[in-house]
Amino acid sequence: MTREHITTTINGDPVEFLCDAEQTLLDVLRDELRLTGSKEGCASGDCGACSVTLDGRLVCACLVLAAEVEGHEVTTIEGMAVGDQLHPLQQKFLDHAALQCGVCTPGFLVAAKALLDRNSNPTETEVRFWLAGNLCRCTGYDKIVRAVLDTAAEMRG
Amino acid sequence: MAAVEKIFNDTITDRETQDKTLKWVGTRAPRPDGVDKVTGRAKFGADTYLPNMLYGKVLRSPHAHARIRSIDMSRALALPGVKAGVTRDDFPDYPAGAVQPAGEMVINYRDMTRNIMAREKALYEGHAVAAVAAVNERVARQALSLIEVDYEVLPHVIDVEEAMKPGAPLVREDLITEGVEPAPEEPSNIAKRVEFGHGDLDLGFSKADVIIERSFKTQPVHQGYIEPHACLASFSEDGQAELWCSTQGHYVARGHCAKLLQMDVSKLRVTCSEIGGGFGGKTVVYLEPLALALSRKACQPVKMVMTRDEVFRASGPTSGASMDVRIGATKDGRITAGEAVLKFQAGAFGGSPVPAAAQCAFAPYDLDNVKTIGFDVLCNRPKVAAYRAPGAPLGEYAVESVVDELAKTLEIDPLEFRLKNAAKEGSDSSYGPKFGPIGCVETLETAQNHDHYLSTLKPGQGRGVASGYWFNIGGQTSATLNLCEDGSVALVVGTPDIGGSRASLTMMAAESLGVELDKVRPLIGDTSALGYNMLTGGSRVTFAGGIAVHGAAGDMIKQLRERAAATWDVPIEDVEWHGGQAVAVNGYKDQEDPMGLLDIAKDMAKSGGPIVGRCSTNAQGAGPSFGCHIVDVDVDKETGKVSVARYTVIQDAGKAVHPSYVEGQYQGGAVQGIGWALNEEYIYDENGKVENAGFLDYRVPVCSDVPMIDTVIVEVPNPTHPYGVRGVGETPLVPPLAAISNAVENALDIRFTELPMSPPRVLAAIESVG
Repeated sequence: MTREHITTTINGDPVEFLCDAEQTLLDVLRDELRLTGSKEGCASGDCGACSVTLDGRLVCACLVLAAEVEGHEVTTIEGMAVGDQLHPLQQKFLDHAALQCGVCTPGFLVAAKALLDRNSNPTETEVRFWLAGNLCRCTGYDKIVRAVLDTAAEMRG
Repeated sequence: MAAVEKIFNDTITDRETQDKTLKWVGTRAPRPDGVDKVTGRAKFGADTYLPNMLYGKVLRSPHAHARIRSIDMSRALALPGVKAGVTRDDFPDYPAGAVQPAGEMVINYRDMTRNIMAREKALYEGHAVAAVAAVNERVARQALSLIEVDYEVLPHVIDVEEAMKPGAPLVREDLITEGVEPAPEEPSNIAKRVEFGHGDLDLGFSKADVIIERSFKTQPVHQGYIEPHACLASFSEDGQAELWCSTQGHYVARGHCAKLLQMDVSKLRVTCSEIGGGFGGKTVVYLEPLALALSRKACQPVKMVMTRDEVFRASGPTSGASMDVRIGATKDGRITAGEAVLKFQAGAFGGSPVPAAAQCAFAPYDLDNVKTIGFDVLCNRPKVAAYRAPGAPLGEYAVESVVDELAKTLEIDPLEFRLKNAAKEGSDSSYGPKFGPIGCVETLETAQNHDHYLSTLKPGQGRGVASGYWFNIGGQTSATLNLCEDGSVALVVGTPDIGGSRASLTMMAAESLGVELDKVRPLIGDTSALGYNMLTGGSRVTFAGGIAVHGAAGDMIKQLRERAAATWDVPIEDVEWHGGQAVAVNGYKDQEDPMGLLDIAKDMAKSGGPIVGRCSTNAQGAGPSFGCHIVDVDVDKETGKVSVARYTVIQDAGKAVHPSYVEGQYQGGAVQGIGWALNEEYIYDENGKVENAGFLDYRVPVCSDVPMIDTVIVEVPNPTHPYGVRGVGETPLVPPLAAISNAVENALDIRFTELPMSPPRVLAAIESVG
């Protein structure tokens, strides 16, 4: 099977990879590039554990073909902290104990950041509906929603 | 002197150690594994890779029930890139009766070897029939399509009542019901009958002014962990093997795999990955023995990861049940008798949690006359796995629904009715033992006085309450504390951290040692690092692990005192451990400068070598945990959709070591309960195939489905634990089913006796009453 040669940008860095036509972006991120922070919970776009942004737009990496990212910019959880500085959302998730097992956490953080990039002052209802594409089975969402609202308040100053 | 230190210096009772001088226990300290989990660095089951690694895939039965006449692997094995294949022929058989207890469930190796790989018959859709390992996933999938299996399709049975009927298709042709005297002569699908209780039911019911009897039915639900089962096995040519897997118990997984592969336990080293949820569902093995068997054949590492579809069809779930409950009470609200008959789907092999359900059903009550009977029933579904307080949510759903109806009939406030009958210290539990100090009354009284219960409902809303109970367990646990040369301490534990236990165990270790929290760094050791550890389950880790780290701290402190005594040349009796330092006392008081961990650590080599605090114990005395939930619901009468408007969890933690993660357990359990009560169910077609094996159609609660979940942590200390800890993880899933059903009844004046109360079912009920 012939493999596609793809040139893209991931977390700000130029990246080239080879992929099968059938491979998803999630397959390549994990199995080829070893960026395993994006998780596969369903492979059908229902759980949000593989949330990444594609040119700033929130997507499930399991629903994007790897070949589609040619010439585009992908951001994953690995690109969220800057050096040793956690993003405020990452810090607030820790402060609020907004994770238990932590497997959904990267997806929630990427999705929440995409929300705050668009809306710096979301209501609780807006947070809940924005994050409705991310499943968490441990926390009951309470502390996640509080962490996102608290981050928004802090970032607004 | 802090009382927790005193325990190491002289003899006091454990109970006295619970005082207000705690520095770390009870705080909201940083979580040791937190940064790794918010940066994507944490390695879960599917996140590791090895050089020369193969990908394993499983061929699963398309039939609910079929005899396997033959399996031809030849075409699959001939495909370029396929390195190994395994079937039933690659696993040794075990006779009936090869049984051993494991956690909250019982392990039967005759059944386990058949569950990981079908033998005579495929017993449910999704049952593993063969597996292959190939150079990549695409080739592995292609190989599966080349395996030829000759099936003789057999009649199947899904429903528990149908499975109990004479003439039902037999899942196992030679199964004679256990627990019945005399033993039945004919085989049936009823694997076991259990009975618990005391007193005289006839006498009790004869004293009742009101008797209510109802029948309930629920569907199986899945644990729904977000991380699918995953493992990476590597067998070497000399018969040693390593296994990396997402599991709730790597020692337990090691034991199972060694048994299933007929190898020495010591030759298999298992490392637990970070675990992406389990809720009981990762206490068993599915892929692990297959990956090891494939790796043994291929002499290459083999990685296996389930798809979500496989998770739904072939792992978990918990039982669906049919339940009959009868309770009688006097006009003044005293229960005179309670009886429950619980019939649980076990899936393809015996071992449903019906015994625990039967034990817990009436546990919140102090009853003179009570009896529960349980039936463990085979059917053509996946073998059930533990799910958070296994069985208890079902039994208490049925009992707490009838209790609510009794209170309403007698015109007594539902919390007041429960308080009149509540179990307390000294009560004979409905299943045998006498309760020690418990917090059942305290949770009910807290609920009565809670702002939520005192608030006024909006028009159309309904409010429900329910109690819940779980035993909690202890069990075999090991921990070590290694003193590093700079005075910092490495804590090694052997229980996978599923929701923050590294935080709670480290806090207790620092507390017991009297040192700064950030000087203790925890690690979860692999199976070669420590003595045996039972799995993470039964709400046991903070309880039993706490006893182990406290014991290890005591062992270390004894050695630290000895080193200080030797350095000072004073008797050991004249050295005590205060505030993280060895201090000379009695006749030597103020004659020596105290020695801290660094002072002793830097001279370890000279004073006797490495200092390692160890504790291996079989922790006993787990404290039961009671909870009471309050919930308000809105019901949309046009669609039948039930929405939770307000929810409060009140539960006895004994002692909350890290309150944030205790609250998290309460909140998470409540929301799992909301899903179970309102939406989640397996749906089967007429051929016994699952129709909703994905998160789109099997609907777990999402963020926009639920409100904030209020919590109240009640603390009635467990006297057998150095910090008073009870388990907290499981009880939160026990009350929600009944609490929500009671709230819906209050809103609509319709009593539902079937779960889930999904929109079509609720709408139909509303329309049927006009």
